[in-house]
Amino acid sequence: MGTDPTPSTIRTDPVVEIRQLQKLFKKTAKPAIETLTMVIRPGKVTGLVGPDGAGKTTLLRLLAGLLHPTSGTVRVMGLDPITDAEKVRSIIGYMPQKFGLYEDLTVLENLELYAALRNVVGERRESDFSRLLAFTDLKTFTERRAGKLSGGMKQKLGLACTLLGTPQILLLDEASVGVDPISRRELWRMVQVLVDGGLAVVWSTAYLDEAELCAEVLLLHEGRLLFDGPPSQLTDRVKGRCRLIRDISGSRRQVLSRVLRCGSVMDGVVQGRNVRILLKKGSEEADLSQVDLGASARIDVGAARFEDGFIDILGGGPGGDSVLAEHIPRVPHAAEVVIEARALTKRFGDFTAADHIDFSVHGGEIFGLLGPNGAGKSTTFKMMCGLLVPTSGIATVMGIDLKRSASEARQRIGYMAQKFSLYGSLTVRQNLLFFAGIYGLQGDRKREAIDQMIRVFAFEPLVNVIADTLPLGFKQRLALACAVMHEPPILFLDEPTSGVDPITRREFWTHINGVVEKGVTVMVTTHFMDEAEYCDRIGLVYRGKLIAAGTPDELKEKAARPGLEDPTMEDAFIELVQGYSA
Amino acid sequence: MHLRIIALVIKELQMLLGDAAGRRLLIMPVVLQLLLFPAAATLEVKNNTLAVFDQDGGKATAELIQRFSQAQAFERILVIHGSDELKSVIDEQRALLAIVIPEDFSRRIAQGANPRVQAILDGRRSNSGQIALGYINQILNQYQREMMAGMEWVQSEPVTVRHWFNSNLKYHWFVLPSLVATITTASTLIVTSLSLSREREQGTFDQLLVSPLTPGLIMVGKAIPAMLVGTVQGTIILLAGIFVYGIPFQGSLVLLYGSMFFYLLSLVGFGLFISSICSTQQQAFLGVFCFMMPAVLLSGFSAPIENMPTWMQWITWGDPLRHFIVIVKGVFLKDMGLNQVAWHVLPLLVIASVTLTAANLSFRRRLG
Repeated sequence: MGTDPTPSTIRTDPVVEIRQLQKLFKKTAKPAIETLTMVIRPGKVTGLVGPDGAGKTTLLRLLAGLLHPTSGTVRVMGLDPITDAEKVRSIIGYMPQKFGLYEDLTVLENLELYAALRNVVGERRESDFSRLLAFTDLKTFTERRAGKLSGGMKQKLGLACTLLGTPQILLLDEASVGVDPISRRELWRMVQVLVDGGLAVVWSTAYLDEAELCAEVLLLHEGRLLFDGPPSQLTDRVKGRCRLIRDISGSRRQVLSRVLRCGSVMDGVVQGRNVRILLKKGSEEADLSQVDLGASARIDVGAARFEDGFIDILGGGPGGDSVLAEHIPRVPHAAEVVIEARALTKRFGDFTAADHIDFSVHGGEIFGLLGPNGAGKSTTFKMMCGLLVPTSGIATVMGIDLKRSASEARQRIGYMAQKFSLYGSLTVRQNLLFFAGIYGLQGDRKREAIDQMIRVFAFEPLVNVIADTLPLGFKQRLALACAVMHEPPILFLDEPTSGVDPITRREFWTHINGVVEKGVTVMVTTHFMDEAEYCDRIGLVYRGKLIAAGTPDELKEKAARPGLEDPTMEDAFIELVQGYSA
Repeated sequence: MHLRIIALVIKELQMLLGDAAGRRLLIMPVVLQLLLFPAAATLEVKNNTLAVFDQDGGKATAELIQRFSQAQAFERILVIHGSDELKSVIDEQRALLAIVIPEDFSRRIAQGANPRVQAILDGRRSNSGQIALGYINQILNQYQREMMAGMEWVQSEPVTVRHWFNSNLKYHWFVLPSLVATITTASTLIVTSLSLSREREQGTFDQLLVSPLTPGLIMVGKAIPAMLVGTVQGTIILLAGIFVYGIPFQGSLVLLYGSMFFYLLSLVGFGLFISSICSTQQQAFLGVFCFMMPAVLLSGFSAPIENMPTWMQWITWGDPLRHFIVIVKGVFLKDMGLNQVAWHVLPLLVIASVTLTAANLSFRRRLG
């Protein structure tokens, strides 16, 4: 870490070897990990990539000796993590999700505690501390309580605690979830320094763009290993099959929906003002001219991404037609302002979570609040839908303050909470009945609405299944069904697709795109840079302020500069934040 | 709006009764308490040891001791011979109660004077001691009356004790009606406060708040299922009391259920208030516990309220359990009339309106 690594000193023999590993949990029918064989080598970052429920955390816990394998072997430096637990724990540094910092202890006290737990004492402790504090740039914050650190700093402190005792293998479980892009880049830089020093780092993530930063990737999906190798190998699989439809004059959502009906297209997403598509294998020469793309549209070749490879393995996206949208009545198209925030401010004690936030959303528009965890987007969102009272300022929906409004106003919004808050102990049908009931649907209308949702979202075989036991994708569908059953003209979506696989995410956005075309207004929060591309306009929230607002392309253009001509959304975020701080 | 509340109530009952663990949680306490309480929480004093220090040693005292030994309360009579022994018998808890018969006992009986006896009670077991002393008094009175029969009375007619409404002093007659009150208390509180804090923990509470339901309606929707659960449990205990334990139900069912409604309402108020200041189920559970302990202690269920210091007696007015125990026992055992019941329902009404208002305010404040 501190010293310059010389490549000759780095061993490349595997430090972790896994053979025929299986892990079953009693409560679930499907294995958490299905027959897995793999190795992890030192000196590089091995990405453990996959959506929630893929088996990433289970695998890391098996490596750390916190779970017994059902069958197969796990060897860490030739040792069994269960029988040689003590030795293995001195070799491994494991940072679980939401690293277990003690929020009431200071940075230094946290370090001292973990040093004691890892038996790092005496001079070694002092030298480790000064080295790690310098490495993580936390020197000036040693007296600050961990609870008062930003998300990025918490992760850095977590990393420092994990590095105590100089482990040789680092297991980092979703270290970058919800961390702002700047801190995320910093974390990656630090991890790079560590692997250059000869460490083996296992980095688990649900962000597919992070896969491209790893040297080796293990792509997991529902317990199965879909891909094992350098990420470029997977992107090569789809090389030359990616197209960008630019200069679309009409609605890009309609263009996407039309182009997805074309037989040679396997996947497509809205990307800012463009539409990005993936062609089927063997259809590279496909002629898209028979698809009505609008007069001015032109087609460019786009760069392949890791996510395209994943979609390719899974057999393509879900198609572009939303059955849901077909059943939703058209909302009288009102271009006027439907949602508005004026100088919206929320203080918790001396902490300002949202500071004079202004924006307005027009009817039939998707507006996104984009920002890292803790930036204030959830606070703003909650004030908009009346769950929090602003300290000052005004939040209105259809000209009404939802907080003070009669319930008729709330009848006109649909809300989907983070992590799809369903009643987990009720069945699919009971959940639908309940939400139909509280939105006052009755008689035939209630029956029809429920039957329709069951048809649209293919719940037929699942109506009597307890919601908690549904796969993540179905939970999300059910949450959406519950939110739209009463046909609201406005939808509030809080982090709607975090952690779901790309197919499920596309399916979700197909529905959202569909209902927006029917005139529904959507307000969404996300910390996914990719997801922001689906929005018509986005507001960047950072440290309680709305630092920029506009279409995704406007924001990217604002951030463009010599040397960064075609910035990604993440580049744009970083540029805008740095421009704002300066 | 009532359809929306029905939807809430149905959902709540589905969640409560939907899984086996939830059902057990509601049934088991009732069954267990019904089996255990009447047997374990008996206030009868039986099979104890009485120590007797007979300083007189006459024929009259032998007769008296004979009578003591025939009482059910005392299985064994321990005859002791000195004040040291007296002390150690009580110290070592070898006897519940010691009687000292002074030297002049026979003489005073013969003279027709009022005989005196000293009783020493173990303060560590004051409840049983008090009750045992009651038995001793009865025996003494009876004895004195018989000894003095024919003689001229120096003293007024001794008191004859007759326990109305429970003439045989069967203690499950006393315990079971109180169980109607205590068991419903626990489950009503737990159902209300845990269901709300669970919604908060799982994020479904926000979902309710953005729906057309108002906070008031949500509270009603939470109150009804809890009150239903309380009523069903109360009924089970009532039926068991009448048909299994054979306790005669003397009063009006309408009065009992009517007052139960207000009692459960006041409990729901406490439950909602507790959950409105808690954010997790764990906190809510501790909150319920913090309420339950003093509520039972101050209710008069285990210790008579009249024995408490005056300021504490005032506090007991805020304890809904106190009022309801009076009502259940009164209606159950002695056909308490509307007039009297109303006087105990009134405080319940006050408590319910205070706690419900507080819960409502606290909800609104938390939203802000």
